[in-house]
Amino acid sequence: MSDQKHLSQEQAKDIDENIAWAKINKDVLRSMENPRKGYWVALFISICLFCVMIYAEVYQYIVGMGPALLNTSHMWDLYISTFVFWIGMSHSGTLLSAILHLVHADWRKPIYRFAEAMTTFSLMTAGLFPVIHLGRVWNFYWVMPYMSDRGLWPNFRSPLIWDAFAITAYLTSSVLFLYIGMVPDLAICRDSATGWRKKLYTFLSLGWRGDDRQWRNFRFTYLMIACFLIPLAVSVHSIVSMDFAMAIMPGWHVTTFPPYFVAGALYSGCAAIITLFILLRYFFKFEEYMTMPILDKVCKLTFVIAMVWTYLNLIEFSAVWYGHDIPSKEVLIAKATGPYSPFFWGMMLCGSVLPFALLSKFVRRNMYVMFFVSIFLNVGMFLERWMIVTPTLSLGYHPQGFNVMWPGWVEWAMVGGSFGWFGMLFLIFVKVFPCVSMYEVKEMVFHRKRVIYEDVDEMMELHSGVPGPKAEPQSTGGA
Amino acid sequence: MSGGAKKIVVKTKRVLGLFGDFDAAFEAIADIRRYKVPGVTVDDVTLKSPIEHPEIEDVLGERTSDVPKWSFWGGLFGLVFGFFFLASAQATFLVQPQGGKPVITIPSNVVLAYEMMILFGVIATLIGFIIGARLMRKGEGLYDTAISVDQIGIVIEVTDGQLQPLKDVFATHNVLEVHEEALT
Repeated sequence: MSDQKHLSQEQAKDIDENIAWAKINKDVLRSMENPRKGYWVALFISICLFCVMIYAEVYQYIVGMGPALLNTSHMWDLYISTFVFWIGMSHSGTLLSAILHLVHADWRKPIYRFAEAMTTFSLMTAGLFPVIHLGRVWNFYWVMPYMSDRGLWPNFRSPLIWDAFAITAYLTSSVLFLYIGMVPDLAICRDSATGWRKKLYTFLSLGWRGDDRQWRNFRFTYLMIACFLIPLAVSVHSIVSMDFAMAIMPGWHVTTFPPYFVAGALYSGCAAIITLFILLRYFFKFEEYMTMPILDKVCKLTFVIAMVWTYLNLIEFSAVWYGHDIPSKEVLIAKATGPYSPFFWGMMLCGSVLPFALLSKFVRRNMYVMFFVSIFLNVGMFLERWMIVTPTLSLGYHPQGFNVMWPGWVEWAMVGGSFGWFGMLFLIFVKVFPCVSMYEVKEMVFHRKRVIYEDVDEMMELHSGVPGPKAEPQSTGGA
Repeated sequence: MSGGAKKIVVKTKRVLGLFGDFDAAFEAIADIRRYKVPGVTVDDVTLKSPIEHPEIEDVLGERTSDVPKWSFWGGLFGLVFGFFFLASAQATFLVQPQGGKPVITIPSNVVLAYEMMILFGVIATLIGFIIGARLMRKGEGLYDTAISVDQIGIVIEVTDGQLQPLKDVFATHNVLEVHEEALT
């Protein structure tokens, strides 16, 4: 019985604190050289999807916006829905990493690196869609605040310009946050690499030698950027929501949109973290680092955020319902009963009902089930963005604009291709750079081991006066 | 004039001692703090480690970082620059009909200046980090790749006379290896 109890305690550990530091380096560095075959299959699928996207874009470039079936009232549709989806996906990585860093939740350490990379590549994917939906992609730079010879500037009162500023700031800051957090690991890579990798890591590690001055400045830098990023991440998705909320279109002009969008962003990001967690754990044999207790914590966090999102959804519905703004109410009723209703109810099922499965320990601890659950959670979040954009455009204020629009093959190809583009960038990243933070896992192991010894030390001295294990020389774990 | 002149001590060697664990390195530095190596103080000590050890400041003394100042001034610059950049751009709208709306719009500019504040704050923080941590410099001296794996290094610059007492202190605390190089 006591053995079973001991075993369950062992299983409940986020990480084995007796793992040697040299092994951590070895395992992570090995992952960059020798992944499972599944990695190559995933990369191949991603590249194929990306090629489909290129083909669709070239076709649209040559033929015009007709094949995308965009028209006067449906000028945004799937392109902007997908843009919002990817912006949302980008939120959990950096935002959760920063928040969990500030609250000293050390279980983030083995998983934050790939989550931050997910942020960066999601933003790079999201950034494609406003450009694609322009049609005339070569004019995208008009949105940038540069002085033209005509003395014209963008309209700074437009939320679309706020978007450009916010996303540029967020992408830059997220890349720097990811990069700075990676510098000590790049030095580890530098010390063991050869060939082109050696040159790359030597350049990127900036001459890091791990001295106390560098660590001290590193600590402050990481903390300061984390402090900057939390309000930035919240502002970015608030501003994206203002693309809709600042308009007077029925169904969009809702004051709860900013927190609703932020909650939705965190939700889809968390679900994506679960998906990528499971994939990376398999591809790189990271069972010792991406452990079930950590997955369990991410699942619980996802459930909490899902409930916040559901609450804000209901608040939005009730505000519209009791607001008695007839066009807004008609849009809400049309969502539930009109031609888009299967997708609306699909969104509710995947977004609000399915998360209750996360209450089950069996589900949270089953990789296969969690993989599919996380995929369906994100299907729900994709449908949410589609159901924000399209029903409103179908039912504006002008009856002559009432119509139902289904996306064409070009739009679907772009959406599918965006997953390929994201997957390709992400998979190349995790092959070239360490996707588990080696130095932070060492810190996690070191501090957890210390806490254990200090606790044992105190208890032994308290009860028997015998000095605890800390009284004897202890290894840091590596030597 | 000559009464206030200090004797110039020429450091001739840079020494790196590698330890198997942090506690041993900590104790070695504590001995240096107890002046067991004549003429060497903890101000001369640099600790190199695979992870951050904030607790080393218990023995090295509190050492500050200017990074927060960089963040503050960067953020402030971004806020002010952002607002005035937008305002100066909007001033060119004077030649365009505004329909009675203000030329410089405070609410939208606040949103954009907020983003600029964060962007410049982050960039300034990075610059402060590179300068404060003395990154991107050549000739930083002794280093061992074991430091990036699992060993702790103590680097000290000493004179010829201080070398042996220092090695004795290192040996007391089970140093694994000692590397030295001549300072030019």
